[in-house]
Amino acid sequence: MITVSQLSKRYGYRLALRGVSLRVRRGEMVALLGPNGAGKSTLLRILAGLAQPSAGRVEVAGCQLPKQAAAARAQLGYLGHQPLVYEDLTADQNLEFFARLYRLPAAAARIDELLELVGLHQRRSERVRGYSRGMLQRLALARALLHRPRVLLLDEPHSALDLQTADALDDILRAQARAGATILIASHDLDRVGGLAQRAVLLADGRSAASLPKAKLGRGLPGHYQQALERAGG
Amino acid sequence: MASYFAAVWAIVRKDLAAEWRSRQMVTAMLVFVVLVIFIFAFTLDIDMLTRRQIAAGVLWTTFAFAGILGLNRTLATEGERGSLDGLLLAPVERSAIYFGKTLANLFFMLVVEIFTLPLYALFYNMSLAQPGLWLVLLLGSWCFCSVGTLLAAMAAQARSRELLLPVLLLPMALPVLVASVRASSAFVNGLGMEYASASLNILVVYGLIMPALGFMFFDFIVEE
Repeated sequence: MITVSQLSKRYGYRLALRGVSLRVRRGEMVALLGPNGAGKSTLLRILAGLAQPSAGRVEVAGCQLPKQAAAARAQLGYLGHQPLVYEDLTADQNLEFFARLYRLPAAAARIDELLELVGLHQRRSERVRGYSRGMLQRLALARALLHRPRVLLLDEPHSALDLQTADALDDILRAQARAGATILIASHDLDRVGGLAQRAVLLADGRSAASLPKAKLGRGLPGHYQQALERAGG
Repeated sequence: MASYFAAVWAIVRKDLAAEWRSRQMVTAMLVFVVLVIFIFAFTLDIDMLTRRQIAAGVLWTTFAFAGILGLNRTLATEGERGSLDGLLLAPVERSAIYFGKTLANLFFMLVVEIFTLPLYALFYNMSLAQPGLWLVLLLGSWCFCSVGTLLAAMAAQARSRELLLPVLLLPMALPVLVASVRASSAFVNGLGMEYASASLNILVVYGLIMPALGFMFFDFIVEE
């Protein structure tokens, strides 16, 4: 569902990604781990079609990027560092707007369902400007799920969420994976995504450092994690 | 094609709804224009005939700077919460985003013009019952917004976008401003279509070329 081969991304003189290769199968939930500046967000932005690769091959949901980016965009949901919503609109209006862009049939029912799911149904008519960071993150998640994407790209989705909401997010993601969605979660919170993902890919200094199966995600991880990161960095 | 226009309309509706709730941008533009009208009216010690002769210049200078205020604001709001990325993620042609933003900007600029023209008529001895003048306002504003939206999208990605936009836009919009002032002046001073036609032709050509450039290049402008 996601195939990345020898992907590089250059910003001026700086190489943000250096020949990264990655494969995520349909229905699989993979954690993309790495320290700040490792290139996780850059990789997700390229997969979402928001940035162009400098070199390499990228395929998302059967669409080659950037050639078939429009077709790929219809099938992917992206949750970035920013909530990507409009502060002067209500949660309802934000989701209605994106439903129009995605030409969703029966949008009203889907919006009801999502606002219920993320726990914002009681504050749906308030301007987003008054939302807390956690509420914005939940609205951003609703926006990302709105069009029932086959591929979910999540960049630090648990940031700004309290424990209870973070657990609720995990339940939502597990349900999405069970429904067949392919999920790639970028994070540096090993404890959180370790219990969620089926495997992890480590990224350090713009390189893919190692791939860890579920079994290794559960035990002795900090050591493995650190060593792999150090190897990639060195 | 229908989905293209639906996307354009969705973006226009969203911008109108956001502005209706905040009323920040149009209010700022209105206050700016009204202040400039009063400042010129009370500081220029000239007779009514001379006032009418300079009216078109004052009119378009004021509208151009008010337009820059609006353009800066409308693209800045997209950048604040990364919502431009939200638009770019949607499966719509990126040129539809350009046309949606251009039409929304045009609407805001026309609202400001409609509300402030009676003041101009009062202080500059102008008659508003001239269809030619309204045509120039529509064409000139369309040209200004079509080039302004394109450049505002470029400037939105820069750190000093508020400074960058006028520096980029004013030279690019110079043909629009000159043609708009000449055509408006012809109508305000009762010279009619004969004197305005050359300037109107420039506006029509510019008003076709700039949107065509936006259609072709907006995708590259917003690309990271």
